[in-house]
Amino acid sequence: MNQDTLRLEGVRFGYRERLILDDVGLTVRPGSIVALVGGSGSGKTTILRLIGGLIKPSRGSVVFQGESLGSLDRDGLYAVRRRMGMLYQFGALFTDLSVFDNVAFPLREHTDLDETLIRDLVLLKLNAVGLRGVAHYRTSQLSGGMARRVALARAIALDPPLIMYDEPFAGLDPISLATVAQLIRRLTETLGCASILVSHDIKDTFAIADHVYLLARGRIAAEGSPASMRASTDPNVRQFLDGDIDGPVAFHHATRRTLAEDLEMRP
Amino acid sequence: MINGPARALRGVAQAVARVGYGTRFFLRLCGLALAGLRRPRLVIDQIHFIGNHSLSIILVSGLLIGFVLGLQGYYTLRRYGSEEALGLLVTLSLVRELGPVVTALLFAGRAGTSLTAEVGLMKAGEQIDAMEMMAVDPVARVLAPRFAAALICMPLLAALFSALGVLGGYVVGVEMIGVDAGAFWSQMQGGVDWLLDVGNGVLKSVVFGFTVAFVALYVGYHAEATPEGVSRATTSTVVVASLAVLGLDFILTALMFSSN
Repeated sequence: MNQDTLRLEGVRFGYRERLILDDVGLTVRPGSIVALVGGSGSGKTTILRLIGGLIKPSRGSVVFQGESLGSLDRDGLYAVRRRMGMLYQFGALFTDLSVFDNVAFPLREHTDLDETLIRDLVLLKLNAVGLRGVAHYRTSQLSGGMARRVALARAIALDPPLIMYDEPFAGLDPISLATVAQLIRRLTETLGCASILVSHDIKDTFAIADHVYLLARGRIAAEGSPASMRASTDPNVRQFLDGDIDGPVAFHHATRRTLAEDLEMRP
Repeated sequence: MINGPARALRGVAQAVARVGYGTRFFLRLCGLALAGLRRPRLVIDQIHFIGNHSLSIILVSGLLIGFVLGLQGYYTLRRYGSEEALGLLVTLSLVRELGPVVTALLFAGRAGTSLTAEVGLMKAGEQIDAMEMMAVDPVARVLAPRFAAALICMPLLAALFSALGVLGGYVVGVEMIGVDAGAFWSQMQGGVDWLLDVGNGVLKSVVFGFTVAFVALYVGYHAEATPEGVSRATTSTVVVASLAVLGLDFILTALMFSSN
């Protein structure tokens, strides 16, 4: 029996000659939080887009609840996405809708529930993120942390078995950050869903994650529990955790010419 | 040596592919707009946003153009002693040409740019992506209701523009200059053909509605998801839609009125 909610096997992806991901494999199980950490541009968000089927791998497969996404047509992909929730970096709330209508959006689009039931469900979801009191607000009236929590309520509206979080802590003050982190942990446990979290915020990510994958130069450079990652002597892990400029991940972007050669080219 | 022709061929192939993609997108949008009428609330909201908010500029412009037509028409017709034909001149100018064309140009500037900017900003704010991830087709949910609303609004706005223009011509010609009111209305009534003049004018405004709405939504949906990209897209909408309207107007006028 397959108990993994999500599995990536030997995934490769690139734009033309530029390779973004190579031979990436990971597993996410129900009720657990998997963190994908790595420097900016290491391909973390690309993995979320691959999981959502927004882009397709050039090699390897993405298997969600036993179903390979590569073989699905548009309708099949839409059916799969209904079982996924996604929290975007800045919420991606629909600015022409109120907070209530944002959370009600997936329910109205994908169910035939009557408005009374939708109202109750929306209020319950907003209550779960502590924002029942702002149901009537416009999205422009929300702070960054509140917008993130409303987006979280929207992401869990259909009780999906998988929730993806794209940089959920970016730009938040310490209190909002701790609130969002605890919400992610609590919702994963309460709903029993699988969570995959992309972040480069080490402290808060390691505090709530069950398993961590470190992405470097498009590959999984290391993986393990937060404790084992902290204790790791792997140079990739050490450079990332200690924030060293010197290490396997170069400070300078790769270039074919030396600085001296470039400067001599100056007219 | 081989590079030049190969590059030109590739350019032609890309252009054909773009036209093909645009045509498919247009047909898909038309189909979805029709299907979208099953959710009238979405279309009504957009009619309010696109139509009602364009009313003031359309009505004021129509009235002012009517004033100018009344004045210029009177000076020209007076030379030939045909001032009583002022009503006919003003009305034909408006229902055949100025009503549909100027309304479409104003519509492109007022509603078209706002549609492009709105859709472009939704894209920049990852709202379009979020919708895709929620298994909701953004073309059906965001673009189609706006397209349907624009198609409904455009002929109505053109009709209001022409009506206010005729009123403007009447105010200047009859009330201010003193052209005979009976002659003004009767010449208009006798000289305007419902099918040929009014019908063709309405047809033009429908075609322009398709053009402006499609350009605005297509450009917004394919805008680069950056502030600069949205700004460029908004400008493109005005330029492309205006030129398309003027070009189409020439073709339609040639087809509709060449036999007269």
